[in-house]
Amino acid sequence: MKVFFFHLMPYAEVDLDEVRKVGTSWVKLSNRHYDPEKGAMLYERYLNQLERAEELGFDGIGVNEHHQTAYGMMPSPIVMASSLARRTHRVKICILGSALPLRQHPLTLAEEHAMIDTLTRGRLITGFVRGIGAEYHVFGVDPTSSHERFHEAHDLIIRAWTETGPFEFSGKHYKHRYVNTWPRPYQQPHPPVWIPSQGSQETIDFAAHPDRRYTYLQTFSPAAAVKKYLDLYRVRAQEYGYIANDSQLGWAVPIYVGETDESAVAEAKPHFENFRNCFARMPIEFLLPPGYTSRASMKRIAAAKKSMFGDLAIEPAMEMGMMVCGSAATVRDRMIDYYGDMGFGNLIALLQFGTLPAELTDANMDRFASGVMPALQALGERPVGQRRVA
Amino acid sequence: MQKSTETVRDCTVSLLRGGSGPPLLFLHGAGGGGIELPFMTRLAERYDLIAPEHPGFGGSDEPDWFDNIHDVAYFYLDFLDHLDLAGVHLAGMSLGGWIAMEVAVRSTARLASLTLVCPAGVHVPGLATGDPFAWSPEETFRQGFHDRAFAEAAIARLPEAVEADDIWLKNRSSFARLAWEPRLHDPHLPKWLHRINVPTHIVWGAHDNILSADHAGAIAGMIPGAGVTVVPEAGHFLHIEKADALAAAIDAHVNGG
Repeated sequence: MKVFFFHLMPYAEVDLDEVRKVGTSWVKLSNRHYDPEKGAMLYERYLNQLERAEELGFDGIGVNEHHQTAYGMMPSPIVMASSLARRTHRVKICILGSALPLRQHPLTLAEEHAMIDTLTRGRLITGFVRGIGAEYHVFGVDPTSSHERFHEAHDLIIRAWTETGPFEFSGKHYKHRYVNTWPRPYQQPHPPVWIPSQGSQETIDFAAHPDRRYTYLQTFSPAAAVKKYLDLYRVRAQEYGYIANDSQLGWAVPIYVGETDESAVAEAKPHFENFRNCFARMPIEFLLPPGYTSRASMKRIAAAKKSMFGDLAIEPAMEMGMMVCGSAATVRDRMIDYYGDMGFGNLIALLQFGTLPAELTDANMDRFASGVMPALQALGERPVGQRRVA
Repeated sequence: MQKSTETVRDCTVSLLRGGSGPPLLFLHGAGGGGIELPFMTRLAERYDLIAPEHPGFGGSDEPDWFDNIHDVAYFYLDFLDHLDLAGVHLAGMSLGGWIAMEVAVRSTARLASLTLVCPAGVHVPGLATGDPFAWSPEETFRQGFHDRAFAEAAIARLPEAVEADDIWLKNRSSFARLAWEPRLHDPHLPKWLHRINVPTHIVWGAHDNILSADHAGAIAGMIPGAGVTVVPEAGHFLHIEKADALAAAIDAHVNGG
């Protein structure tokens, strides 16, 4: 298994009472609650953590994109990945991901990712996402066009990376008389593409397609849902006529490793609950604007509104496998069990979440890297025949 | 009024039609149509009232060409050709008022008059607007009605999870397609409002929290000869909370006031 250290870079200094009062840390929480000095301090801390992950032996580090929110201070993952490119030497750098439909000109994204891939001599893992609902409010992108724009931007970027330019691209949403990207990516034909998702059949069909075989990441979901969607990927791959490798599957999950099971839960509890119930909180009008997802999915989610939009404590979150927490031995055994059950070849570990302070994050990273990670990295790819899904 | 359908160039729309007299085409707002409201019953006493559901809304089709407000305007020009109506009194509320303006700047050949009820479509810098896309259904009612009793009654009638209702999802998605960006307006529309050459009247609720009543005068200034009626004690949903006043204002304008 490959193990990645992933960061959301939350604005951990946010006034939580204010977030509760406004009801969300997204779009409507005024940026007068942002202090540039504290922002600079947090950037430095978080980038140091990402750089230290290389020394600790992680296979890669990851950043992502969110706009107008205390949930994550990375409106441009490009800037963070560029910064990390020159300060790391071995690890893969994962952008998980860039939000394609939010760009007016996704060709700029093809250029920026190619630059980072070149700077790192091929250490970039590219991620493509649609961006979350709130971000369609931010950029005034019609959410009903989200899927169309995603697929069109994807085609444009892959063609820009793989076809000899100049050529013309004429889509419904994006039109370019000249496509002729300099630099081209360092990796040939292009950097690996990962698709982070909260789980949808359409996304899995797209990622698993034999023309693409993109790595599918299930993010922040109960373990049962992770298993369900990873199995869906394998089933779809079989229907496409091939057996998916574990390396095509990944799971992104918050993890906290303490000295003991008890101290781990006690230390992580307030910070995880801030992450889940404050930083991630937003009303359904922002999470799911009209047409952002299929009507069938919207109906399912709206019907489950109460449980999805209510508070969640760390204990039930651990129970459901939305968060893994305990001593190193507990977390290691738990992850090995999960791996046996789900067969993900990539673990994207969120070792800082919400308000988790520097000391606890550092201790979490150390304990995870020494007591959990080696056992996971030793898990080889199982023979593909064993992964066939009935 | 009777429910029926019309098919115009492969697009079938559902409509309510009733009454006799000169034709009056009413275009509904973003919340959708398909229901005979009291102000419509009043108007059907004196007019041949035709109230279609827009393409993309309610029981109407969602055609492939449904991309923007201009597509809907051209559809209604086709619709008028299809029904071969002349001397049509066109009225529209909110989103429907916006569509009515987009129709009228393109052609008034089949129109006799235009009545705009708190129409969206025109952005006036500095004037207050709300953002219905940021509001829950409950908040939309509280913002839309001036009379709290109407708001609370509407909220009490909401199903458990209105966000899971098929028609609600369809209307909301089509509303977003037309009005998400730019929010609730067409920046090019004001350039051509001078082309409207039929008698035009604008009706607005004095306490409209979605599009403030100041918009009435601003839009009237862009349409030659347009008059304004501001209805007191009314919000954006004056078609419900001031049904009689609205029917009377439309009737007064259509009959030459």
